[in-house]
Amino acid sequence: MTQRVRLRALAAALAGSTALLAAGPLAAQDGPIKIGVLEDQSGDFAAATNVKVNAIQLATDEINAAGGIAGRPVELVIYDTQSDNRRYQEFMRRVLQQDEVDVVFAGFSSASREAYRPIVNQFDGLAFYNNQYEGGVCDANMIVTGAVPEQQFSTLIPWMMETYGPNVYTLAADYNFGQISAEWVRQIVEENGGTMVGEEFIPLGVSQFSQSIQNIQGSEADFVVTLLVGAAQASYYEQAASADVGLPMASSVNVGQGYEHKRFTPPSLADMHVTTNYIEEIDTPESQAFVEKFRAAYPDEPYINQEAANSYIAMNLYKQLVERAGTTEHDAIRGVIAEGDVCFDGPSGTVCLDPKSQHMSHTIFLAKVEDDHSISFPKVWEDIAPYWLGDAGCDLTQDDPSAQYTPSNPPPAN
Amino acid sequence: MELFATIFAMTYQFGDAFAFLVISCAGLAVIFGMMGIINLAHGEFIMCGAYVTAASARAGLPLPLAILCGALVAGIVGMAIERTVVRHLYHRPLDSIIATWGISLIATQGVLIVLGSTMQGIGTPLGSITVGDRSYSAYRLVLMAAAIGLLVGLYLLFYHTRFGVIARATIQRPQMARALGVDTRRIYGLTFGLGAALAGLAGGLYAPTMTMVPTMGSTFIVESFVTVVVGGADIFVGAAPAAAILAVIKASLTAWYGQLFGQIGLLVAVIIVIRVLPGGLSAWLKRSKQ
Repeated sequence: MTQRVRLRALAAALAGSTALLAAGPLAAQDGPIKIGVLEDQSGDFAAATNVKVNAIQLATDEINAAGGIAGRPVELVIYDTQSDNRRYQEFMRRVLQQDEVDVVFAGFSSASREAYRPIVNQFDGLAFYNNQYEGGVCDANMIVTGAVPEQQFSTLIPWMMETYGPNVYTLAADYNFGQISAEWVRQIVEENGGTMVGEEFIPLGVSQFSQSIQNIQGSEADFVVTLLVGAAQASYYEQAASADVGLPMASSVNVGQGYEHKRFTPPSLADMHVTTNYIEEIDTPESQAFVEKFRAAYPDEPYINQEAANSYIAMNLYKQLVERAGTTEHDAIRGVIAEGDVCFDGPSGTVCLDPKSQHMSHTIFLAKVEDDHSISFPKVWEDIAPYWLGDAGCDLTQDDPSAQYTPSNPPPAN
Repeated sequence: MELFATIFAMTYQFGDAFAFLVISCAGLAVIFGMMGIINLAHGEFIMCGAYVTAASARAGLPLPLAILCGALVAGIVGMAIERTVVRHLYHRPLDSIIATWGISLIATQGVLIVLGSTMQGIGTPLGSITVGDRSYSAYRLVLMAAAIGLLVGLYLLFYHTRFGVIARATIQRPQMARALGVDTRRIYGLTFGLGAALAGLAGGLYAPTMTMVPTMGSTFIVESFVTVVVGGADIFVGAAPAAAILAVIKASLTAWYGQLFGQIGLLVAVIIVIRVLPGGLSAWLKRSKQ
């Protein structure tokens, strides 16, 4: 073998290996789109969140049956976060670093969201939070499909005050969700000329409410705002009913999440009023079609709640974003959101993503629990935008503070 | 009348806290306090009792019978676990912690997988009573009576029956009891089963007032361990006064500063008791008697 031939062989080998290297990323572009799913499939929150995983699976099956996202199949990477914030951090690192997913669908409690959000920021990932919450997250790495206080409280609280009276007692879970939601309630009650006659924060995991019930009875409350979270705190309704508190209740989390009206014996949840963007009782053709195909796929599903609908919508929104962007690159996806016309006709009607906050518009249903625990809908607010963050000065198309704001801690004025 | 209503309200809160502490700790007092086994599956025995109670009540059994049913099943499960696992771990407290913790994890996750994330509740019976301008759950008064009945019943069982004498002898001096012809293995099994049945009874009694989920036992755990630790080794001398003192602390702090401070007060009380009276209230009471 001459020197020249040997050189040529070497060059060919090198060329071959660079071709292989170049083929690597190309192959990844054609391979499946990987979606991380971090939800509480066991522990205190499991009752409300197992259904989210099934909803994501349902949407995935439909998308794959119709040819995938831009021709690429969807592959789910599912971890059980066990209602434990540390698990969220651990698994968020794992899906972003080791499994290298394109997007993550994660989180039930606001504590868990705030636990994983810095990690999503650190690795510049993209996460969908498909839960109603206390609002205010202005973070370009997050897309929120759940309802927020201007959709749930600005509708509910004035309606309740008009219907039942101006004196309000709040019973809230003692962590960021309950504290910030209670702040919203307080502000809206004051704006509407009402009075907060009591406010009490309950540590997560507490299940005995005799003293709180006595405090409520001793106050002049016209209705009680219950922002209780988790299975243990749900014991309140049974205990309040057996002590014959008899006051109407208002909430942003009950029924629509934990289907308490199905789990407890009537009439313990009678006169509970909840603003929600979806529950299975909603009597529209889109909702009925959704319930039908959900039950066909998961006949044993105890209840199809608002988080199930939001998770299903989120999958379809992501499909649209990737197909319009032509890539899973986050900057390109944000570019599509900035166009301001990302909408989806889902189980809860038409919803659209707001470019400034990356939150979603919702039609809000006021669900009232009757004495026999059937649901009626005394009022519907059509198509409410998630306006607060944008009005307050959060604009993710301009810059990304990656912060959470509250009424008492709004975005800094520019 | 106003004064009476206020006094009733305070007594009711105290009684409610007292009943919760006594009922949730009774099973643990037998298994941990008497037998010295650190049983981290205590909450799961409670959950077992609650689930069986709810299932049999929904199947048409009257509630008192359903509660007994729950206690019975929890007791049988407890005896089976004693026979298969715990029996080999007497005098190995650290190993028994790991083993019972494992049982607790298996039970919680197993129930979640087999029966789903929730079970429909059965509703609180008996309605409410009105005193002054406040109304109270009548079933909670039944729970208070049950707590006192439980203490009296256990006292009679352990101090005035043959089984009680043999059980105490077996646990305090096993060699001597064996020398006198007692089948100590059987007594250990029965005593553990009794503890598990008492935990099941707690679950059954509270089942109508709570959310039925696989993790429901964990809401009893802190209160029951705190009561048993404060009470000390002798449950009959220790547990009742411990529950009474802790109930006063918890009810008054909760009334004045809210639930969070009630919880903090409970835990601070344990820290102080462990520091000042390492043997718990019962050791201190016995010493001051002598």
